[in-house]
Amino acid sequence: MTQVEVRVNGQPELLSDKTVAALLARHDIDVDTKGVAVALNGVVLPRARWTETPLDADDRIEIVHARQGG
Amino acid sequence: MTQNQIHDPLVIAGRTFRSRLFLGTAGYPSQKTMLNAVKASGTEMATASIRRIDLSGAAETLVDVLDDRIHFLPNTAGCQTAHDAVLTAELAREALGTNWIKVEVIGDRELLYPDTEELLRATTELVNRGFVVLPYCTDDPIACRKLADAGASAVMPLGSPIGSGLGISNPHMIEMIASRSSVPVVLDAGIGTASDAALAMELGCSAVLLNTAVSRANDPVSMAAAMKHAVEGGRLAYLAGRIPKRRNAEASSPQLGLIEA
Repeated sequence: MTQVEVRVNGQPELLSDKTVAALLARHDIDVDTKGVAVALNGVVLPRARWTETPLDADDRIEIVHARQGG
Repeated sequence: MTQNQIHDPLVIAGRTFRSRLFLGTAGYPSQKTMLNAVKASGTEMATASIRRIDLSGAAETLVDVLDDRIHFLPNTAGCQTAHDAVLTAELAREALGTNWIKVEVIGDRELLYPDTEELLRATTELVNRGFVVLPYCTDDPIACRKLADAGASAVMPLGSPIGSGLGISNPHMIEMIASRSSVPVVLDAGIGTASDAALAMELGCSAVLLNTAVSRANDPVSMAAAMKHAVEGGRLAYLAGRIPKRRNAEASSPQLGLIEA
């Protein structure tokens, strides 16, 4: 299976299963994980679309959550 | 609790608050201390930041630990452009399920001073996208008016630079802003100790948002309680109406019936 390289929170990552949901699963995140949000190439990707959204080479994924703040 | 406090709720964008103190969650010696300080402060809304998760291991998110009766007020701390602030707000809405956002667009990483032009742009865009926008801004009545006109649900002028503990540098201007604003004024940033928070309320602010004054105090939980009382005391004093200042003394004891020695 061909792999693609994407950037996850600024770090390169090689993927075989090229969906957002599969990528998130590798980081122990699924649609029921509370307090998490994902942006794909600078646009928020609602969790309802994680499963259906494919990833291409050089896609930029940001995975964020709520932290302490002022 | 007195009658005044019971009948004096703060309403922002249709949400009613009994506590006029909003508390930050950053920089406490431990998470336990933070949670105890939140409790001692009596706050009903706590701020949070939106940051990348640590890919090397799952860290606890704030959502897992904070009492679910406390509202989140996510911020856009660190953003230097309206574009970044809008994306951060959208991520916060997705992550936390709230459309409330403290918009912070800074123009200088050392001063952490608001960039009013970008802030106004971000506020306008976020209001259009359905957010309840609370912008962190300068103590400038014109900037505050423009932000309110753009649809901000409250304005949050700084007392002095973030984390400085210098208190309210320009109390006359804060009083001016509070007396003229069409939306609630929340004094944000610069509070050092309880008297600063009380002063903000005495000047007519609707609420106070603070973080470092509590989180970096020797005893954060006691300082959180002090801030709670200061905000309540300052609000009551504002409602009660202070006496005018005068140049000369005016005796408080009766002047008639003095004995003759």
